This record gives sequence, structure tokens and C-alpha cells, in this order.
Amino acid sequence: MEKFKKIESNAIPLPMVNVDTDMIIPKQFLKTIKRTGLGKNLFYELRYDEKDAPIDSFVLNQDKYKDSQILITGKNFGCGSSREHAPWSILDYGIKCIIASSFADIFYNNCFKNGILPIKLDESEVTKLQKAAENSLSFTIDLENQKIAYFDKNINHEVSFELDKAKKTSLLEGLDDIGLTLAKVNHISDFENKQKSRTPWLYSQQIK
Amino acid sequence: MSTPKTLYDKIWNDHLVSENEDGTSIIYIDRHLVHEVTSPQAFEGLKIANRSVRKPNFTLATADHNIPTTNRDEGISDPESKLQVDTLEENCKEHAITFLSMSDKRQGIVHIIGPEQGFTQPGMTIVCGDSHTSTHGAFGALAWGIGTSEVEHVLATQTLVQTKAKNMQINIQGELPLGVTAKDIVLKIIQTIGTAGGTGYVIEYTGDAIKSLTMEGRMTVCNMSIEAGARAGLISPDEKTIEYLKGRPFSPAENEYQSASDYWLSLASDDGAAYDKTVNIDASDIIPQVTWGTSPEDVVSIDGLVPNPEDESDETKKKSMIRALEYMGLVPNTPLKEVKVDKVFIGSCTNGRIEDLRAASKIAKDRKVADHVNAIIVPGSGLVKQQAEEEGLDKIFIESGFEWREPGCSMCLAMNADKLKPQERCASTSNRNFEGRQGRGGRTHLMSPAMAAAAAINGKLSDSREI
Repeated sequence: MEKFKKIESNAIPLPMVNVDTDMIIPKQFLKTIKRTGLGKNLFYELRYDEKDAPIDSFVLNQDKYKDSQILITGKNFGCGSSREHAPWSILDYGIKCIIASSFADIFYNNCFKNGILPIKLDESEVTKLQKAAENSLSFTIDLENQKIAYFDKNINHEVSFELDKAKKTSLLEGLDDIGLTLAKVNHISDFENKQKSRTPWLYSQQIK
Repeated sequence: MSTPKTLYDKIWNDHLVSENEDGTSIIYIDRHLVHEVTSPQAFEGLKIANRSVRKPNFTLATADHNIPTTNRDEGISDPESKLQVDTLEENCKEHAITFLSMSDKRQGIVHIIGPEQGFTQPGMTIVCGDSHTSTHGAFGALAWGIGTSEVEHVLATQTLVQTKAKNMQINIQGELPLGVTAKDIVLKIIQTIGTAGGTGYVIEYTGDAIKSLTMEGRMTVCNMSIEAGARAGLISPDEKTIEYLKGRPFSPAENEYQSASDYWLSLASDDGAAYDKTVNIDASDIIPQVTWGTSPEDVVSIDGLVPNPEDESDETKKKSMIRALEYMGLVPNTPLKEVKVDKVFIGSCTNGRIEDLRAASKIAKDRKVADHVNAIIVPGSGLVKQQAEEEGLDKIFIESGFEWREPGCSMCLAMNADKLKPQERCASTSNRNFEGRQGRGGRTHLMSPAMAAAAAINGKLSDSREI
């Protein structure tokens, strides 16, 4: 996984609540056996009409947001299915940071596995950032110092955010989770031996 | 005496491999279910890193999302779907994982076949790259949905790195009125706490109304925990759990069954155990429920009206209600029972088990599906289908005008050919009424199998108790 670096970009405002993973990437695109190439179909049904033509009013189709790396959206973002195709499509599109007042658990977790930073803020703060995003202001996302900064009407605004320490490290260092766990393989083997004597049926009734 | 513990505390403690310096824990995973949609990239990741599957025999795979429910002998005609299913089969062969193919009568939706095969047992940790893994919590197993990166992590290490969730108790007191089902309970719960109400929690369902449910009903409730935002739902194991699992192919052998049962019963939450939050709901207040909107929390009782956004004071909510009503093609204050349906779907991991089909067949028997309605029944597994045919349910459905299909996920997520056309309205026993979920522009109303069958007969949303 790539290390998470400081982001400077304007932000896409998507003031919708309960955006589900079916909305982020509809099922017809889940038939792939690759992680890449999903960006063009991100928010497919909101973004294209039934003849596959872009819907001009949808925010992703507006030129000024073409290269945005930040998405600002409503509460409970990413609810529904566990499909990791949702963060894959977001990342493939070029978005590396999502700001919302809350996220669904599985989606939130999936973001960190793909180098995407989901930031939780109070709803009132998100509303302010939405306004700034609508005016296409530029934001700086500084994960190291856990700060969002933007410049509006001659004033420098700074917003701090909270993040679990382990998740922060994993993003900043682009860690290989599996490698880290495998480094503790002795613990896993010890556990298996202990479990085998405590609940032996878990080991005797194996699938054939 | 030690502090009273919840079921969740006990399973967590029994699976703790080690605690990391950063506050996370490595949790052992006892069983892993795998399907074709969320696994190919995980196997690819293993290959790239030259890693192997740690416990192939703790892993069970099947194809369910992509497969056709008609003309099985012709194979899969969609080349992308076929590639995905073939890829799973090859990956399983390479890593010595048991794969139940489309031609195996045990094949079906992962969350139906796990319990059916006795692969699911109390006290286990179970994961799958599918959010409805919460279903298995009905057995007192800690079961949750994961993304593909974590599927790869489990394949390689048989563990996951986790932070302990908070624990919520949802207590359904009292007795459920006649004709009200597990689906109505869970829809009521989601309406009560909202789709984000369970975020950050593992929910334990307690109370007389939960205890009185069959294992199948309990699975329906736990299945939709994710629609309430909770990754996992749990119900303490009891005699019904032990009885259900007896003699199933992967259940503990006879000579181990007693000690396994003793362990399972010891997992039930202790009296006086503390929860981070408790919600009480009175079962006797629940009547059959249906959804009107595009979120599973958009729930009303069948004798109610389509809600009016003008009555909503919260501006954001009002906006999303207006959008939902427009999408659903509904006018505020219309009685639900006047809403006509075009399609009926009975099946899915929520309601595709034998008891669900029995409940639907009682309504269908000696009645006809309305002329303008296309109704399909998709059993949750090959064994459910076989059982239903032995009981003659297929004949009842076919005579009534329902289509009798092969098992799979089908129109719950419409990845195969079973889908709604734009503006088509469907009475569905599945779990999600999101925009486009059952096909672009399709309109989904969630409800129980009896209610869906009643909608098929009357051609509009109906109270199954009045049939």
C-alpha cells in the first residue's frame, strides 16, 4: 500500500446522507476479478443516465471537481454491502480522503486497507466544509498533524480531527497488515494448540 | 466471583491471540465462508506475495451471487459472471478449499448453507466477505462481514486485527401477536434505532419474543443487524440451538456433542452483565411491517400511510424523504394497502429458508397470483429446494402462478438476470431497498414471506393476516 502523503486539493461536495455502497459502485461492476479500473463507474447511477451519457448536474461531472482528491459528504456514508469495490472505485477515481459526520463500520475499515483516509467530524463542521467545497476552495489534509486547513475570506481556517493511532500509523507508513500479523505466527500456533485442547470438536470435525 | 460477562465478552476472550502495542487485538477466526464476488482479488494478493492459505479446512466456498436461477444445465451465459465463478473454483482447487459448485445439491447462499451444514456453531468466530454474515449470530457465533483485504488476511493468517466493539442489548419483551414474524421484529428494530443506530456496536438480541423464535426466525433477525449499522448480531445459544445442530454434517460428532453443548450453553450472557446501551421494544405492539422508501429504516406498519415529508422538521431528513418518495413513485398519505406491485421476490439469505417457504405457501395455497404480477420463489439452497419439493410446496407455488427457481442470491442484489426494470415495484423478502438495488430504477418494498405472498395474490401491498 502507498504511504499517505499530505493532500492539497479542492473537495467534491456531496451533501447526501446514508450513501450506500450500491450507490457508490452498483452490482454490475462487481463481476471484475481485479481491483483497478472501477473509477469510471464510481457513483454510476447518479453520474450517468440510462443511455450512459453523463448527467451534467451531478457534481462529479463538473469540470472544476475533475481532479479533486477529497469528498465531503453526509452521515452514515458507505452503509450496506461489505464490497471493497466501493473504496477501490473511490481510490481509482483519485479520491484519497473522505470527510463525513459518520461512516458505516465495514466501509470505514476498508478505507484504511486501501490508503484512503476517512475523517469523522461534527455535523456542523462538515456543513461548513461543504460550503467551502461548493466554492471550490482548496484544502490541505495533513494526516501527520491531524489537521484540515483552508483559506476563506482572508482567514486561515484549521480543523483538527481524531483518529485511532494504529490506523494513522498504518496509513502513514503504508503497512502490510498481513506481514505484520505473520510476524506473530508463533502466537497464532500457540493459540491453536490451546484451543484444540479446550474445544477439540472445532478441530476434529473438519470439512472434507 | 468474577464480573458477569456478555456473550460477546466471552467469545472475544476465547479468541484473543494477542494484544498489540497499539491497542488492537489479534482475534482467531474459526470459520471462513468464501464466495465468488469478494474473493478473487484476495487470492490474487496471496499469489503476488507468495503466501498460502493457513487453514483450508476451516474454509468453505460456494458461488451464490452471480449464478442463474433458471436453466442451470446450460451453465452461466454471462462471460464475466462465468469467469468469476470459474476463478473461485480454480482458486479453491489450488488451495485445497472445499467448493460447493452449482451442480452440488448442497450449493446455496453462503449464509443459508453454513448453518444447514453445521459449519456454523455457537461460540465460533465466523467471517465472510459479505455484510450479511451477521446471520450466523443466531447461533451465538460472533460473525461479521469483512472486505476483500481482510478476506486475504484471514486466508493467510486465520486471524484478523480488531478493536473490541461496544455491546448493545436489544430486548424484545412480551409475546409476538399471531401472524407477526421475525422479519417484522427486525424491521421494527431498524425503524426504532435507524440504519446507523448500531454503528460501532455488536448487538445482542434478548427477551421472550426472541427466545420464542425458531432458529430460522433468529437468523432472519441477526441477518439484518447490518441494516441497523451493527456488524454483528448475537443471540445466546439454548436448547433450540443444540437441537438444530444435532446430526448435521459438520456438527460435532456424537461422542463430543455433550461437551460441545455444555460449552455452548456456558456462553450465554451472565445475569447482570453490563451493556453499553439497552433498547427495549414491546413485541405485542408489533404488526406486519413494510418499507416505503429507499433505506431499511423507512418502515411503516401495513395499516399505515405513506409518510408526508411536510411532517418532518429536520431539513436534511425532509430532503431525503422527498427524494425517496420521488424515486419510489409514491404520494404522501396514500394507504400502503393501495400500493400496487408488479413483481414479488421470495428468497435471499434473510428469508430463503424452509420455514419462509412454508409461510408463503400457506398464503399461496388454493389462491392465484394476480394477473399483472410476476412472482418468483428462489430457495436459499439446493437442500431447501429439495425439502420444499418433498413437502409439495413447489406444486402449491406453481399452481398458484409463482415461478419455482434454482437457489442463489438472485433478485436480492440482481447481479444475475433476475432484476427489476425501471419503475417496476417489487414486494421483496430481501434486506435492502436501496436505490437501484434490485435493478436500476426498481422500487423495493421489504417485508416478510407471508406478506410478500399476500402482495402477490392481491396484486398490491396487503396484510397477510387478512387473507
